[in-house]
Amino acid sequence: MEEQNRQIGDVLLAVEDISLSFGAVRAISDVSFDIRKGEIRAIIGPNGAGKTSMLNCINGFYHPQQGTISYKGNTRSQMKPYEAAAQGIGRTFQNVALFKGMSTLDNIMTGRNLKMKSSLLSSVIWWGSAQKEELEHRRYVEDIIDFLEIEAIRKTPVGRLPYGLQKRVELGRALAAEPELLLLDEPMAGMNLEEKEDMCRFILDVNDEFGTTICLIEHDMGVVMDISDRVMVLDYGGKIADGTPEEVRADQNVIDAYLGGGH
Amino acid sequence: MTNKEKGFDTFPKLLRRNAEQRPDLPAFREKEFGIWQTYSWKDVYDNSRALALGMVDLGLKRGDAVAIIGSNRPHLYWVFSATQAVGALPVPLYQDGVADEIKYVLNHAEAKIVIVEDQEQVDKVLSILDECPAIEHVIYKETRGMRHYKQTNLMSYTDVQARGRAYDAKHSGFFEEQAAKAKGSDIATIMYTSGTTGRPKGVLLSFDNLVNSGKLSVEFEKLTEKDKVLSYLPMAWVGDHLFSYAQATQAGFSVNCPENAETVLTDLKELGPTYYFAPPAIFETMLTQMTIRMEDASALKQKMFHYFIGVAKRCGVEILEKKSVSLKDRLLYALGNALVYGPLKNTLGFSQIRVAYTAGAPMGPEVFKFYRSLGLNLKQLYGQTESCAYVCMQSDNDVRPDTVGPPAPGCEIKLDEKSGEVLFKSPGSFVGYFKNEEATKETITADGWVHTGDAGIMTDDGQLKIIDRAKDVGKLNDGTLFAPQYIENKLKFFPFISEAVCHGGGKDTVAAFINIDLEAVGNWAERGGISYTSYGDLANRDEVYAQIKECIEQVNRDLSIDSELAGAQISRFLILPKALDADDGELTRTRKVRRRIIAERYGKLIEALYSDVTDVHIESDMTFEDGRKGSLKADIKVRNSEAYPAMRAAS
Repeated sequence: MEEQNRQIGDVLLAVEDISLSFGAVRAISDVSFDIRKGEIRAIIGPNGAGKTSMLNCINGFYHPQQGTISYKGNTRSQMKPYEAAAQGIGRTFQNVALFKGMSTLDNIMTGRNLKMKSSLLSSVIWWGSAQKEELEHRRYVEDIIDFLEIEAIRKTPVGRLPYGLQKRVELGRALAAEPELLLLDEPMAGMNLEEKEDMCRFILDVNDEFGTTICLIEHDMGVVMDISDRVMVLDYGGKIADGTPEEVRADQNVIDAYLGGGH
Repeated sequence: MTNKEKGFDTFPKLLRRNAEQRPDLPAFREKEFGIWQTYSWKDVYDNSRALALGMVDLGLKRGDAVAIIGSNRPHLYWVFSATQAVGALPVPLYQDGVADEIKYVLNHAEAKIVIVEDQEQVDKVLSILDECPAIEHVIYKETRGMRHYKQTNLMSYTDVQARGRAYDAKHSGFFEEQAAKAKGSDIATIMYTSGTTGRPKGVLLSFDNLVNSGKLSVEFEKLTEKDKVLSYLPMAWVGDHLFSYAQATQAGFSVNCPENAETVLTDLKELGPTYYFAPPAIFETMLTQMTIRMEDASALKQKMFHYFIGVAKRCGVEILEKKSVSLKDRLLYALGNALVYGPLKNTLGFSQIRVAYTAGAPMGPEVFKFYRSLGLNLKQLYGQTESCAYVCMQSDNDVRPDTVGPPAPGCEIKLDEKSGEVLFKSPGSFVGYFKNEEATKETITADGWVHTGDAGIMTDDGQLKIIDRAKDVGKLNDGTLFAPQYIENKLKFFPFISEAVCHGGGKDTVAAFINIDLEAVGNWAERGGISYTSYGDLANRDEVYAQIKECIEQVNRDLSIDSELAGAQISRFLILPKALDADDGELTRTRKVRRRIIAERYGKLIEALYSDVTDVHIESDMTFEDGRKGSLKADIKVRNSEAYPAMRAAS
């Protein structure tokens, strides 16, 4: 693989030859790819191509029957999602998975959970280090709120927010965990053009400002091509193309898969 | 004026006085990271000094212009005093102006340094940099997203301040020497008018203008260092400059900047200002939202609300103005205050307000009375950029909705006998238009009177009543007086109508374009089970037409009472398929109607109003906010409304 961008570094995550089946259904078959430090990596493909399954494998929600995943040079066998989170893999979900009754602020605060050190008892009485710690975390969360421009909805229960904003809050919660690798599952699904443009800007800014490596799944090819460094295309669980947006766009297999025939 | 006070004839001198006399009192607050961050007068002085010297280090000379583009931020307010301290001229710009508007002002003012808020404004300035040869440096406050900009003439606010501190260490005494050089008659700032007619004009205001206007109005309202004001209106607008800079520096009260434009109402509630200013549109929007929200309230609450609002209507204004009111009403009002008015004012953030002002456009008398009846000391103010914001101010105990009050302290007013135009002389009378001798001569008469362009009437007891722009006041063919804005304002009082444009000058009858208020009408439609797909679709519904017709006929009934205006009742109307918008050039940035542009763009609709057709098709080219072009195509209905016979008011 040729160098895409001078800021992109070594391989952060390598997926080798993984296969995943649910009974007789093969969701992913023999896929290998890597994610490099600092890049925006996209996985695209038609419905049911195995994109979300791939993300679920990466953050330890599914365990592939075959193949290995190595993160930061460590090959892992079975890993639980919370271990993945502790190692710096954050994610958002295709269907917004927020605490609907809680405010934006509180939702993002939950993203700091892994960083909180104080004991249950001191948290309950909220004294001394627990109080100091919460203030520090609140400060970090406020930075994220400022970054994502959601000051106006700080105290609004997220259930009352429009979909586009909920997606933004979810991104905020993922950022709160200070992930090194951020997995975004269809961050732009169901958004209108303006919301998509906003989200693109935030993804690029997150990558740029925090240096977060991003792996995103997307349906909308146009958007992905504009912001990604490299794109992998899945179809029926198998990899059919991998490369720069230009290469992928010109690939005959991709054209066939998306347009259903030799156009 | 004592001799001691005479020394404080410029803002940098006043700022220094504040930093010495009340170093630790809050001067600015800004909501950031969800918390109000406070800057004391000493902080402001130090920051402003460092910035000034940093700019000098970058090559700023006396007489150079420094442009300011951004929303209300303490750091941007400090640019005023920083620039003025070293003898340069601050020029605030409307931040939502498109690149072309900004380019015109930057070039006209020959700005050498541009200080902007964030990346968005940096991009805007960089996009026109090639066409603005005078610009040497661009300074930004927010560093976010700026890491990859490599331009050498681009610098962060804090970097400039660091340069300034280094400069200060090497050239001690330079700043004091520069600040002492300024005198009252020097030009303090150039404020560009919003440009209702043609290109913006640069209004030159001297320190004497601004310092004295600030001083007189502070004394008039007895403002002290304990007051708090929320600064959320454009910094380029003279009103904000008067409140947030001239008066604040004079009286030493605190200026509070909201987190961003969307949080203004929340921040208003948290802060609870004692001194508040809003254009009529904001008070009207608040009232509309309040009405909508009350409709969603439980039956009991609705009953209570309407009952006590009735009580307030009957006696609220009288109680506020300390007039005699029966004991029963007084008790009922006190109860209403506990149950309705108090909580309502608290929700709006009005609990602590001592003085609230509205200006910029006439306000519907009903809206005005509504707020006053709740016990809010809302007053009107009349003035323009050329007078440092005010010429007339209402005093606390004599506030009328239909006049703008007597001339303010130090101001004189006369009416042109022929045209009815208002002319004034005041301490705030501007020096002239920048690089526009011709316009200056047209506006300021040889003996110092300034033309306002507004047509007015003086009541017998010396209160000024503004009817309309002098050039907009026309006559119908039968000679009836036609003041379009007067009628439009009556229409806009209805929550369903957000904007109206009346036609009639040189015609037989009056006809109107109506813009519906999407929120209010949409809510009403939902309630009534009327489905609609878009603004245009809703605007074209027969049910909506029927509602608007009722509003218009109500206005006609009001007009019929006034014998002079009874002939100018609205006979036909139509509802526009899109909202008039400043981005499409149809309104000014301060939301005033641009009649000429509307008449051009919708000429075909005006023709239809003055024919007997009932449907008209329109196609018009539009430029959208992001620069894309498109066309507006719609079929619009035209309807008649009933006029009422003139009757004399029983007076």
